[in-house]
Amino acid sequence: MFKIAKENLAALFRMIAKNQELYLPVRTAGQVNFAAWSEDAKVDLDTLKSVKSPKDAFFPQSEGLYTVKKEGKKMKVEPENLKDQPFVVFGMKACDVKGLEVLDRVFLSDPVDTFYAARRDHGTVVALACHEPEETCFCKVFGVDAAEGAADVAAWMIEDELYWKPLTEKGDLLTETVKELLSEADEGKVEEEKEAIHRITERLPYMNLSLEGWNGDALSEKFDDPRWEELYKPCLACGTCTFVCPTCQCYDIKDYDTGRGVSRYRCWDSCMYSDFTMMAHGNNRTSQMQRFRQRFMHKLVYYPANNDGMYSCVGCGRCVEKCPAALNIVKVVKAFQNQGGEN
Amino acid sequence: MSIEKKEFRPKIVAFCCNWCSYAGADLAGSSRLGYPADVKIIRVPCSCRVNPMFILRAFEKGADGVIMCGCHPGDCHYSTGNYYARRRMTLLFSMLDYIGVENGRTRVEWVSAAEGVKFSDTMNEFVEKIYSLGENVRLGDLRCRS
Amino acid sequence: MQELKDRARELLADGTVKRVLGWKIGDLPYNPEPAYFETEESLKDFVYNGFCGANLSKYMIEASKLDGKTMVCLKPCDTYSFNQLMKEHRVDREKAYIAGVGCKGKLDIEKIRKQGIKAIERIEGAGICDEAETLKIQTVYGEKTCAYADAMLERCHVCKGKEHKIYDELIGESKETADADRFDEVAAIEAMSPEEKFAFFQKELSKCIRCNACRNVCPACSCRKCVFDSTKFDSSQKANVDSFEEKMFHIIRAFHVAGRCTDCGECSRVCPQGIPLHLFNRKFIKDINELYGEYQAGEDTGAKAPLTDYTFEDAEPSIVGKRG
Repeated sequence: MFKIAKENLAALFRMIAKNQELYLPVRTAGQVNFAAWSEDAKVDLDTLKSVKSPKDAFFPQSEGLYTVKKEGKKMKVEPENLKDQPFVVFGMKACDVKGLEVLDRVFLSDPVDTFYAARRDHGTVVALACHEPEETCFCKVFGVDAAEGAADVAAWMIEDELYWKPLTEKGDLLTETVKELLSEADEGKVEEEKEAIHRITERLPYMNLSLEGWNGDALSEKFDDPRWEELYKPCLACGTCTFVCPTCQCYDIKDYDTGRGVSRYRCWDSCMYSDFTMMAHGNNRTSQMQRFRQRFMHKLVYYPANNDGMYSCVGCGRCVEKCPAALNIVKVVKAFQNQGGEN
Repeated sequence: MSIEKKEFRPKIVAFCCNWCSYAGADLAGSSRLGYPADVKIIRVPCSCRVNPMFILRAFEKGADGVIMCGCHPGDCHYSTGNYYARRRMTLLFSMLDYIGVENGRTRVEWVSAAEGVKFSDTMNEFVEKIYSLGENVRLGDLRCRS
Repeated sequence: MQELKDRARELLADGTVKRVLGWKIGDLPYNPEPAYFETEESLKDFVYNGFCGANLSKYMIEASKLDGKTMVCLKPCDTYSFNQLMKEHRVDREKAYIAGVGCKGKLDIEKIRKQGIKAIERIEGAGICDEAETLKIQTVYGEKTCAYADAMLERCHVCKGKEHKIYDELIGESKETADADRFDEVAAIEAMSPEEKFAFFQKELSKCIRCNACRNVCPACSCRKCVFDSTKFDSSQKANVDSFEEKMFHIIRAFHVAGRCTDCGECSRVCPQGIPLHLFNRKFIKDINELYGEYQAGEDTGAKAPLTDYTFEDAEPSIVGKRG
């Protein structure tokens, strides 16, 4: 266990960024999102949740796959390079780290997604404990401990000091490179902080949400439930929930005509969109109700069915905060338990 | 001509209406009035056919300037097309100016079928302007540049 | 609110309307959702308070296709959108029973969060009948207060007034909330240099995640198939692969609703990244007012829209850049 004074954090970031890219929460035009560190970046470690989840660092919203160019009468295909330089993501929350586990199961199982795998290999994650969790958080429901992220390094911001505890080999390596800035510390304060976080967690309204009945076996029972017909109605069919989500992993592959060639890229897709999984024969989900149901069935039924009961929601609460129609996964779960009403 | 000018060859898209401006361009040609080869003409049935998206699309694909030519107000082949186009382009250009695109990059000029001279002068002037503004970096898709 | 609920119950009971389109109480103090109520019993969850910001007029497009009348709760600003939709034949007046509901300014939870108020358990003073000038907010981290006006949506600070432009019945009082000029922000940007303007919009728009919430919530964006959803269109709607695409999307969207946008402010309300999208629409409105005469979309259902109209003396496009 190490620590560093808050005022030395800038020096810490500078030192990390000297040898590798560093992504951390940065405030731009009033909003906090993960972005590359620079001297003028307004680092914001106090805001609990970035608008977009940091999954971008491993699975960017859009990334090039290859470009095709015409050279005389021949076509030349230039694949995009895989990530081959180390980088650090600082300040991920425990829920977002758990989100990576969800993505891993999709992208690292056979056939392995090489783009994602390369990023995972080269990325080191420093998780920052949630000093003040909020009412939209429900990570505990999915077995996430807001007080300690299961990352390469776990960190805590306690008063004017950042506590730093490497948990993996990658974490040790990163610690070595910044060791001169860190000093030894004991665990006492961290244990207190963890307890304080747990106490707050207990008081938050969503933390004891029951997922009873939601599992991989509940397929037809949930799929055919008439409640979906009511639940989807306020949905605007925008992609906010899917694009702020740390676990949504669907993507689309598209070609862009550059005038001189074709650039093929992939970008996040949203099951809320009318052309989601569009195929030559058309679309297999023709109504918004079906698309809406897909999102929640995927998170709470299909994914657990294929992944030993693990849900693909981590309770970060971003969709709860951002849905323009005030819908969210918690309301859906509650509706199936007939727990309507206030609070 | 300076060295810089030789390096930078602008791409300029001119939307010309079929009935007046395109014929005006024809007349410029048959009268042997020159205008720079940087101007690529796209013939449209009426200036009113020009959707604001066409202008943005041209910039996206690498145009450095976009000019739209139509019949003089009152002379539209379809009576009123250019009146609507005039309002649209005024608002669009104002919006481009508002987001910080240099406003010399867009222009509307009314050129009749008898105005070969005006067509050639307008194009020469516009190309000169785009040379002075240089490459369009604020409104293009980078992928089209490589 | 009780009056509104009672009236809804009556109308459902006597068969005047088949359903009520309003808001259902949320599971947090600030997240009521738009909802249909078809039975008197279901109305127990009906709520109308300061957090009911959603403009329900767009939901009437779908409701117009349903059998029977729908009682829809519209705030003064929402009635402009309803008028505009009527003018475009997207909603059916005969299918709507419009309850013009009172409004004293709607609240923006983001503005409350911006003041550092988090882990909210209870909010007092957001009720529609409360005369409270301040909100009392109980949080896990202690009790906080926040002035009502400081928690209001941007659009309420430039409110178009408390008059309903179309209604069958008025329920509840409205309050003037405007305390700023609608075009101040636009004028401030116009006064910047091109470099500053570009930097400003680049910074704001680079946050865009292309979730399409602005488009989907917009009552003027009522196309059955959006050009940005077309698979034949190579700037797809799903991501900004290049910085050009976010500009393209927002300019084209604003242009498409120019002259039809009532400035209801829904786009800015729903943007998850807090992009001030109203700045685009208001720029068009300001230009239209200055160049073609004052025009307020949705004021009535008769007047010709500025972009489907012209005069012989209209300004030439070269006026851009010449104006002060």
